[in-house]
Amino acid sequence: MADDTYGLKYVVVKQDTLLVQLYGSWEVSDDRQPALEALKSSLKNNGLRKVEFDTRKMSAWNSGLLTFLLNIHALCAKNHIEMTRSGLPKGVERILSLALAVPEKKDARTTPQRAPFVDKVGAWAIEQGGAAVEMIDFIGKVFVASLKMLRGKARFRTSDLMLFIQQTGAQALPIVTLISLLVGLILAFVGAVQLQMFGAQIYVANLVGLAMSREMGAMMAGIIMAGRTGAAFAAQLGTMQVNEEIDAFKTMGIDPIEFLVLPRMLALVLMMPLLCIYADLMGILGGALVGIGMLDISAVEYYIQTKASLNLTHFGVGVFKSAVFGILVAIAGCLRGMQCGRSSSAVGDAATSAVVTGIVFIIVSDAVMTIIFTIVGI
Amino acid sequence: MAYGDFVIQRDLTFAVAHGDIFIIMGGSGCGKSTLLRHLVGLKAPAKGRVYYGDTSFWEAPPQEQEKIMRGFGILYQSGALWSSLTLAENVSLPLKEFTNYSSTQVRELVALKLSLVGLAGFEDFYPSEISGGMQKRAGLARAMALDPDILFFDEPSAGLDPVSARRLDDLILELRDSLGATVVIVTHELASIFAIGNNAVFLDPETRTMIATGNPNTLLAECDHPTVRSFLTRGEDDG
Repeated sequence: MADDTYGLKYVVVKQDTLLVQLYGSWEVSDDRQPALEALKSSLKNNGLRKVEFDTRKMSAWNSGLLTFLLNIHALCAKNHIEMTRSGLPKGVERILSLALAVPEKKDARTTPQRAPFVDKVGAWAIEQGGAAVEMIDFIGKVFVASLKMLRGKARFRTSDLMLFIQQTGAQALPIVTLISLLVGLILAFVGAVQLQMFGAQIYVANLVGLAMSREMGAMMAGIIMAGRTGAAFAAQLGTMQVNEEIDAFKTMGIDPIEFLVLPRMLALVLMMPLLCIYADLMGILGGALVGIGMLDISAVEYYIQTKASLNLTHFGVGVFKSAVFGILVAIAGCLRGMQCGRSSSAVGDAATSAVVTGIVFIIVSDAVMTIIFTIVGI
Repeated sequence: MAYGDFVIQRDLTFAVAHGDIFIIMGGSGCGKSTLLRHLVGLKAPAKGRVYYGDTSFWEAPPQEQEKIMRGFGILYQSGALWSSLTLAENVSLPLKEFTNYSSTQVRELVALKLSLVGLAGFEDFYPSEISGGMQKRAGLARAMALDPDILFFDEPSAGLDPVSARRLDDLILELRDSLGATVVIVTHELASIFAIGNNAVFLDPETRTMIATGNPNTLLAECDHPTVRSFLTRGEDDG
């Protein structure tokens, strides 16, 4: 409430004592700095030794008064002036004593040293080295666990596997449909503009078919899964890490990699090829829409042209790539989840890191595989 | 015991005898929970050894370590129940993994363990559907699933009302007597420490080492160290 019925007055009494008279309702929340400045100058100029308070006309107070008084206390301490608290209300006196009772711990917060640039680069490099080792360690453990699974001896719940298959497969269909359709559409669009100049627009079918089946179906499915499923896995495992559930597995003698990571990875490896084929189909459909709608190609013509340009090898390449992407997304998601720190913000960081790592893995492995396939001639 | 370059505790030497109820206590931040992690196989100590009988745990091969860990029952601070499994599934998982009981026997054992902690009838509840105190009790049921030789408790009475904390103490004593288990408890609940502890080690966060060992009641009567006295008398005897 904007009440102007409060204030203070400085009165110098007895030559060396400043009497601070507070009156009115001190339940305010605005800036007390001007009053403090005035006090500072009076303290300096008048050679004062003591500060006293008169609060008989003060009717109410809140924390604003307390911080004001603490500022005065600090000022007095600095200038070796004695501050007498007896004129203050009892409650104020007691809170001030409480606040001043435990001296501030000077070294509780370490001031961050600004390290020279070379130091920072070195520290970062060492950190990356450690991170790389952790990743290789994790991949090794997953590999060993996978071998166990192939021998039929891995311990995880089939119901978990079924759940993950549903989550990563069936529930991903809507978004895969949308994105693949549009990617096919866009590819056809871009190609059509160029090909129309030569009257060769029928070859849009080849373009879309080849691009989708060899590359874009797998890559789009992979990136969608990295964002959707990689983040989910990281968040699930990260939260379990925060709740000590993963520790509980370890001490119970159950390998968390077998129990938690394997069903997730297996679900992705099984579902990604299926999603890839489905994405290919949707992409070709998208291209067909452009062909039929914009380029006056009939549906039958488009179908025949597409069929003629594609063979099983092209699809095989895409499906193989998608399986690899599935493994990589699962590894990225689960690794980041298990590396998660022990706070709730760490779970968010883990999810973000899982998506970024997953996408980087996908792109790098795609480049490597494309080069290999080109050299080998597939 | 260290995290990277930061040493939390050094020069700790103590022995836990069979059938002891051993308390690990100390002020906040002294490294009690970290010590527990060293003992149960979750984190290797920076320097030093942990012996189970004659075997040095951290220097033993993984199969040895697994065998020793199979005899542990651990109750984590928040219960650490597996959140996607029901209480029954939580308790039955170790039984299914490490024993050859039939499913009927497993179900009966699960019902038994849950009834011992007063949760009979809650088999099909998920951890998120029950209170914190109940989660702890379910965690204890799971810790007891395989009839362990050594039980570890990390702050068992945290968040429990006084009556439940007392009941937990009674349960711990019962387990020690009937199962012949050894119990290691990290806690700063004075009532429990004096009621059931028969041996203890006191870790100090300031000097970062242990400053007292022995029976808590004896420590209260005879120990002179100001930090220990202040802790055991709840600050009334401030050195």
